[in-house]
Amino acid sequence: MHRCVRIEDVRREARDVVSILFRDPCIALPGQFYMVWLPGHEEVPMSVSFTGMLKGITVRAVGPTTRALHSLEADDRLWIRGPYGRCYSIRGSRPLVVAGGTGIASLAPLVEEHPGDVLTLLGARTSEDLFFVERLRASSEVWVSTDDGSEGHAGPVTDLLERAVEEHEPDIVYTCGPEAMMVKVYAFASERDIAVEASLERYMKCGIGICDSCSVSGYRVCRDGPVFSDELTEIYEFGRFRRDPSGRRVPI
Amino acid sequence: MNLGVRLSGIELRNPFLLASGVLGETGESMLRVWNAGAGGVVTKSIGLSPREGYPNPVIVVLPHGLLNAMGLPGPGIEEFAEEVRTAVEGGAVVIGSVFGAGPDEFARLARRMEEYGVSAVELNLSCPHARGYGMEVGIDPEMVREIVEAVKSAVGIPVWAKLTPNVADIRPIVEAASGADAIVLMNTLRAMAIDIRARRPVLSNVFGGYSGPAVKPVGVRLVYEAYEVTDKPIIGVGGVTTGEDVAEYLMAGASAVQVGSAVYYRGVEVFRLLAIELSHIMEEEGFSTVQEMVGLAHG
Ligand SMILES: Cc1cc2nc3c(=O)[nH]c(=O)nc-3n(C[C@H](O)[C@H](O)[C@H](O)COP(=O)(O)OP(=O)(O)OC[C@H]3O[C@@H](n4cnc5c(N)ncnc54)[C@H](O)[C@@H]3O)c2cc1C
Ligand SMILES: Cc1cc2nc3c(=O)[nH]c(=O)nc-3n(C[C@H](O)[C@H](O)[C@H](O)COP(=O)(O)O)c2cc1C
Ligand code: FES
Repeated sequence: MHRCVRIEDVRREARDVVSILFRDPCIALPGQFYMVWLPGHEEVPMSVSFTGMLKGITVRAVGPTTRALHSLEADDRLWIRGPYGRCYSIRGSRPLVVAGGTGIASLAPLVEEHPGDVLTLLGARTSEDLFFVERLRASSEVWVSTDDGSEGHAGPVTDLLERAVEEHEPDIVYTCGPEAMMVKVYAFASERDIAVEASLERYMKCGIGICDSCSVSGYRVCRDGPVFSDELTEIYEFGRFRRDPSGRRVPI
Repeated sequence: MNLGVRLSGIELRNPFLLASGVLGETGESMLRVWNAGAGGVVTKSIGLSPREGYPNPVIVVLPHGLLNAMGLPGPGIEEFAEEVRTAVEGGAVVIGSVFGAGPDEFARLARRMEEYGVSAVELNLSCPHARGYGMEVGIDPEMVREIVEAVKSAVGIPVWAKLTPNVADIRPIVEAASGADAIVLMNTLRAMAIDIRARRPVLSNVFGGYSGPAVKPVGVRLVYEAYEVTDKPIIGVGGVTTGEDVAEYLMAGASAVQVGSAVYYRGVEVFRLLAIELSHIMEEEGFSTVQEMVGLAHG
């Protein structure tokens, strides 16, 4: 069954992004996700974006369910199960974090918890879509890029990789964001023999590893992932295919 | 310990098969379960056309079992060819599960599965939660008989009939299905859950099917009853989680079992664990083959 939690706070983070904070006694680790349900709407997966005493999710409004979540206010109730899935592992001493768009939601608590010297590359469409910059600056160095150049580097966040690797000399790369971006990050780091942990997204139904809806090349994103590392070499669907809710393969 | 069994003419390296609808929608997942030690893998039940299934929530994790109303999602029989081929070419023993609205549809689907190279076809006569399918089909002995006959005359591979537990008396259904090469008992129990704080059913479909440890005694009872009225091999399904559960189903009359929800409880490794556990029980109790245990509880 779901746990029904009371919302403590709702924070507007960017144009169409809010964080919803609630008290949940379960331990949640960076990279894990909740299945979140607002009765009357669909249940959807959301990364844990705050892992302290106050847990939180950070939601971009993209469709009916996420818009419904945006209508929530402090004192409203929310139904959750989880947290599920495999978290990022804390390793290396000079981590490089590469986030695109909403991907920073799952990476932000990792940046906070990682004891190493972290460099975060944060990409967004425009300055109005950027969020968590101040939060991240409290525990890492942050380089920003926007597609339209309204803040930081003008262009995709992957443009910053070359310089980041040269100057920061990372021993581990963590990435979450659009899959095309993660594929580039993975290729770039692999060529230089730097380990990568990437958080994948697939259509989820059960969230507990039995329905096969979220599977990629034999790995279940909900249970074996969402964070994958060495397995990425075997996941040939990475960057190529996803599956729609009926299980049909669709090119990415 | 040799755990091999012969079932409707198929040699299986052990009697633990993956149950339909659990990790059986993609070829690579089926292969993974095979490589994790399953004796065979039953595919997700596939229909003629693609179906998205019901909207979330489709699963409720309860204290003693799982409740699901997936709504038979699937890519449809044409696109499913690729998934079956991946599993078959990888060496897995694959049983193709199909569901349809009537005898003709079942026969068409079964023929396609045969072309794809499955070792047997399983008829989902019992899915309790897809409107227009399953429940309506499997509670009617005449319909069951017609479907089994239609599929038997359409394919050359063994035909397994999977029945619903949601009937007052299973025996007439088992008799009606006895034209099949094996009887699979059981599918999920019709059930529901209400969230008291939301004051509404949790599943978007309201009703779902209950599985997992809680339902095992019902499955064991049905297998026991079926064993008394049919000579066909029976495959026990429902709550199999440990080697002891397997032994119990065997003694009730099952020749093999299928494992679904336990993939949640114990992970994909469950198949390897069951092999170890059943071997230990056989050693302790003095059995040298699985077959020796079948039906022992009937005295
Ligand atoms: C592990 C994981 C973590 C996620 N973390 C976050 C997060 O921290 N913040 C955030 O804003 N979004 C996150 N998402 C994406 C989020 O689940 C979808 O944006 C949301 O489900 C959209 O629902 P909708 O009804 O508003 O939009 P729709 O119009 O229904 O869909 C918009 C997009 O979301 C996808 N989507 C819809 N339902 C699901 C589902 N059940 N599972 C996966 N994808 C779905 C659709 O395929 C489509 O691409 C995460 C997804 C996954 C798999
Ligand atoms: C998520 C889920 C999906 C299922 N889908 C199907 C299906 O497509 N076809 C079918 O015949 N049975 C389906 N079943 C039923 C199982 O095959 C099995 O009969 C039932 O779950 C009891 O076994 P268990 O307790 O080991 O899970 C499904 C069960 C679950 C939990
Ligand atoms: S969502 Fe069901 S297996 Fe991952």
